[in-house]
Amino acid sequence: MATASLPLRPRPLVATRATSEPLLIQILLTTVAVGFLVLFLVLPLLAVFAQALEKGIGAYFAALREPMALSALKLTLLTAGVAVPLNLLFGVAASWAIAKFDFPGKNALLTLIDLPFGVSPVISGMVFILLFGRQGILGPWAEAHGLKLVFSVPGLILATLFVTFPFVARELIPLMQAQGTEEEEAARVLGASGWQMFWRVTVPNIRWGLLYGVILCNARAMGEFGAVSVVSGHIRGKTNTLPLHVEILYNEYNFQAAFAAASLLAFLALVTLVAKTLVEWRAAEARAPLTEDPNVH
Amino acid sequence: MSIEVRAVTKSFGSFVAVNDVSLTVPTGELVALLGPSGSGKTSLLRIIAGLERADAGQVLFEGEDATARDVRHRGVGFVFQHYALFRHMSVFENVAFGLRVRPAARRPPEAEIRRKVTDLLKLVQLDWLGDRYPSQLSGGQRQRVALARALAVEPKVLLLDEPFGSLDAKVRQELRRWLRRLHDEIRVTSVFVTHDQEEALEVSDRIVVMNHGRVEQIGTPQEVFDHPATSFVMGFLGSVNIFHGRAEDGRAHLGELSVDYPAHDGAGPRPVQAFARPYDLDLAREAAGDGFWATLRHVNPAGAVIKLELEDGETRLVQVETTRERYEALHPNAGERLYVKARQVRIFPAES
Repeated sequence: MATASLPLRPRPLVATRATSEPLLIQILLTTVAVGFLVLFLVLPLLAVFAQALEKGIGAYFAALREPMALSALKLTLLTAGVAVPLNLLFGVAASWAIAKFDFPGKNALLTLIDLPFGVSPVISGMVFILLFGRQGILGPWAEAHGLKLVFSVPGLILATLFVTFPFVARELIPLMQAQGTEEEEAARVLGASGWQMFWRVTVPNIRWGLLYGVILCNARAMGEFGAVSVVSGHIRGKTNTLPLHVEILYNEYNFQAAFAAASLLAFLALVTLVAKTLVEWRAAEARAPLTEDPNVH
Repeated sequence: MSIEVRAVTKSFGSFVAVNDVSLTVPTGELVALLGPSGSGKTSLLRIIAGLERADAGQVLFEGEDATARDVRHRGVGFVFQHYALFRHMSVFENVAFGLRVRPAARRPPEAEIRRKVTDLLKLVQLDWLGDRYPSQLSGGQRQRVALARALAVEPKVLLLDEPFGSLDAKVRQELRRWLRRLHDEIRVTSVFVTHDQEEALEVSDRIVVMNHGRVEQIGTPQEVFDHPATSFVMGFLGSVNIFHGRAEDGRAHLGELSVDYPAHDGAGPRPVQAFARPYDLDLAREAAGDGFWATLRHVNPAGAVIKLELEDGETRLVQVETTRERYEALHPNAGERLYVKARQVRIFPAES
């Protein structure tokens, strides 16, 4: 009797599809990713809130109501409030020019837009000092015209503008390039003015990308530390933004107050994250066609 | 409204897209700009629309110079190759766009806009799709929405860029006939760009054949097909057998084939190209008339017309088309040597 019975088919150890992994590897990879997230993102976040509330909710709010904290919060909101709309404007203009026209120096402009990403924020801040500081190239000129651009609020705004410039443009350029100019041309042929074309055709087409860029730009404008730290001069109650305020409190061993202020920034980050997810979700929905059957007509 | 193009030239960098082109489109006609890709037909259409500015030359509408007129004041309807429908607007709003962006003084009241858009959607047989978005439509439907949108502003001139280019063969056939019927109904002066000779021959009143930015020939479909002005037109419209040779003493010598060439009589010898349509060649077992011997290699017997492939003495492919009756009467075998008789050959001076 040499007939070997057919072996029972074992549970496949190899993947059933070319792109799927065996169960063990799936679990391993997921654990590594989630573990990393918990260790580096969730735990620090929890620590911030835990430290902030260490001395109870009363102390938490007291630290936030303190005049220096309030002034830092106001300055942060002001900086972002000026920098974000301006960069929205610059970003749309730059991406419009790059995506819809051909002109000499287009690639140079594209590279320049990325510059703030490539340069360390501290260097960006120092550039402003070198330009507009008392010994700077344009310093005497600025002083003669009554412009105080270093260790002052306008300087903070300028530095923030510079650092957050790429966000809106970077988001819009690929989007506008992919959409091309045909819809704009169609609007023109149908009799729309330049203004009508922009508001009725271009803006609705880029609105989700635009909003996404603004959210990222805002997050960075409020959280920016390096460039702002160099330009600010750390004048308490005058040129201190929230991130700088946190640093000062921390250096003074006032951990609870430092973390209370930090929790505001952390909270902002969480709001940004939720808003970003919502926008991405809406954008994906707007892009996805419901049916794609060329034979139905 | 008639269109006149006078000596228009347009270059992109060193590439001359449109080279000194002049043509006239009479009121109410449907004209095809036909040519291979890169022949300048789309550039010419865009210049007529005002989407592109010519480097030199004029565009006249109804005899009036419109060269400097802005695209939005030209009163043209333009159908883009990829439709360019506004993706964030419903079909209804797409068609209504041209009416809604008018200055308040000329904008029709809302009820009038609704009526008009509904009528147009009925005209293109899509009135049941008004609430859909472009991404929810098939290619053929998008094409018709694009057409309705262009017609909404009551254009004096309708311009279509490769209107059926990105549709599959069956839909293309249907839309082609439908466009012809629609044009017969509304009679608006129309120009469309195509690289498909069959499409141009079937739909248009007149064909402008373009090549390398120049006009090769303008004429009715029958004229350009039966009396091609240049070797390019002959080769571009329909399949063709090409023979190279030389003209001498009023005859063209094309390898084994030699035919009369009275146009050349008296002039010195020079190189020529001869073109013969596959259906202008007959097959026989005996030599008779102008012709040459060739070996039958392949027969495609499917369809009303039998297509045969032969090889001449220099192993060049010769295509012959014949009717089913003639084929059955002759009943040739593969590998058999047959006499190819040229009923009609067109001879052009060879291109240098």
